[in-house]
Amino acid sequence: MEKILFKHIDVPDQYRIDTYIKNGGYRALPKALKEHSPDELIEMVKKSGLRGRGGAGFPAGMKWGFVPKDSPKPRFLLCNADEGEPGTFKDRTLIEKDPHQLIEGIIIAAYAIGAHRAFIYIRGEFCFGANRLEEAIGECYQKGYLGKNILGSGFDLDLSIYRGGGAYVCGEETSLMESIEGNRANPRLKPPFPAAVGLYQNPTVINNVETLSNLSHIILNGGDWYAGLGMPKSTGTKIFSLSGHVNKPGNYELPMGVTLKELIYEHGGGIKDGRNLKAVIPGGVSTPVLTADSVDVKMDFDSLYEAGSLLGSGATIVMDETTCMVKVAYRISKFFEHESCGKCVPCREGTRWIRQIMGRIENGKGREEDIELLRDICANIAGKTVCPLADGAVVPITSTIEKFRDEYEYHIRNKKCMVDLGQRFV
Amino acid sequence: MLSETAQKRIAELKGKFPKKRSAILPAMHVVLEEVGFYNRDTLEQVADILGLSEMEVAETLSFYTYFPKEGVGKYHIQICTNVSCMLAGGEQLKAYLEEKLGIKVGQTTPDGLFTLTEVECLGSCGTAPVMQINQKYYENLTRAKVDEILAALREGKEI
Repeated sequence: MEKILFKHIDVPDQYRIDTYIKNGGYRALPKALKEHSPDELIEMVKKSGLRGRGGAGFPAGMKWGFVPKDSPKPRFLLCNADEGEPGTFKDRTLIEKDPHQLIEGIIIAAYAIGAHRAFIYIRGEFCFGANRLEEAIGECYQKGYLGKNILGSGFDLDLSIYRGGGAYVCGEETSLMESIEGNRANPRLKPPFPAAVGLYQNPTVINNVETLSNLSHIILNGGDWYAGLGMPKSTGTKIFSLSGHVNKPGNYELPMGVTLKELIYEHGGGIKDGRNLKAVIPGGVSTPVLTADSVDVKMDFDSLYEAGSLLGSGATIVMDETTCMVKVAYRISKFFEHESCGKCVPCREGTRWIRQIMGRIENGKGREEDIELLRDICANIAGKTVCPLADGAVVPITSTIEKFRDEYEYHIRNKKCMVDLGQRFV
Repeated sequence: MLSETAQKRIAELKGKFPKKRSAILPAMHVVLEEVGFYNRDTLEQVADILGLSEMEVAETLSFYTYFPKEGVGKYHIQICTNVSCMLAGGEQLKAYLEEKLGIKVGQTTPDGLFTLTEVECLGSCGTAPVMQINQKYYENLTRAKVDEILAALREGKEI
């Protein structure tokens, strides 16, 4: 398959505007601005079937369509580059290697929704990426792709970087807006949805880096072309961030619907050191774990949902037979406790209780009743909070108990892991 | 205390956003770049320049973990031990650094050179295990690489 987003990813200076242009970049922009009305672009993206790549998989065109047409308020476009779901590292690569592909998408999206101000909210740790974007934005202003009257079209857009401060919850769209507003980044209750009441109380669209990076290609080749790639309801390609116990970890751009088996064995080179596969987290740590017998599952939004998991961000974490699933779940519980913003009591207290109980099981002090206690706590957290962080915190616990209950029981009875990871840092 | 350049850069952030408070995080990034840490004085200065109260700045800042306080070492080593790094020996990397530096996570070496912090996912899972030192990522770490990096930093060289 021909790559779309990663076509030029190995070109050393693809991040420079001249190279990007030489390789076909900034051809979609004049086409979008001069040959299409914003409504036509929204229709084209709806037709493409492009679904949000940040994790939720919401149809991008539909999201744009929610922006009220008659609102006199200024509109904002936000690019969510707060990539923080453990296991995910695709946006970082897109930003560092091909920043103009993203910026071209941002300008197109801003035009489609009528926004004259856009921000890229990038996680604070991504210093290199932020600098690269700053340079790329500077190049765009010089060339007239940003600023007033872009390419003589009469459309104005100002784009700037907003750097985060190490809070996972800011990847949640309403937290992200609170963060830019300079408040403590606690999520907002929805509705109202950002499309109507978003940044500074104005209509706002928030799209992920990978979603926006697809736009120039959809404009150039048409919505039907994109809809023909991948799966009928999960169109296009997806960048899978493959990590863990595979021979060749990395980002792989493959058609939606590729099997987990192909991803791990053909692209990832199989399991390290000839060991056996034990489990896979297919979409970042907040998605349900799959067992080794699920490798035939197709990697797309609907197929993974039917298989009892989620595509999430496409972060595929592969674990071999030496991995203790209780240890994995415990580590994830520490993450969610740390990242809970504290706004909702079930999440604030619940993530701490989960971590405490997981910790005592992991450290040989678990009690027989702990498994049911964990399940009870999880049932009282899920669906009872403002944002989905808590739902994500529950999933690794409930899904590892469901699939690997024997390991929890072993841990509690024998006060140790069933298996040992061994020395991995050499 | 903030340098003239830092003060100027923060002042330039004023008026860039529809709300004054939006400039807090960008200002803290300036503080981090120019000073490397913050303390009560810098917060007061940031608040004064932005026309906010010190409490407003502190309120927002305390939500975030990325900005180190005064007392942080010259080299702030942040180690990821989240799942992908853990599977690649992230916890063993942590133990190795603790041993090499003679400090525990959360501490600073007596010479003020290194601070060790355990952090959540750095978004570098395909090149695990990974650590961030100040602004820079160090990936696919091995014992030999860590030795080399620490030796270079001790001599004040960037690597």
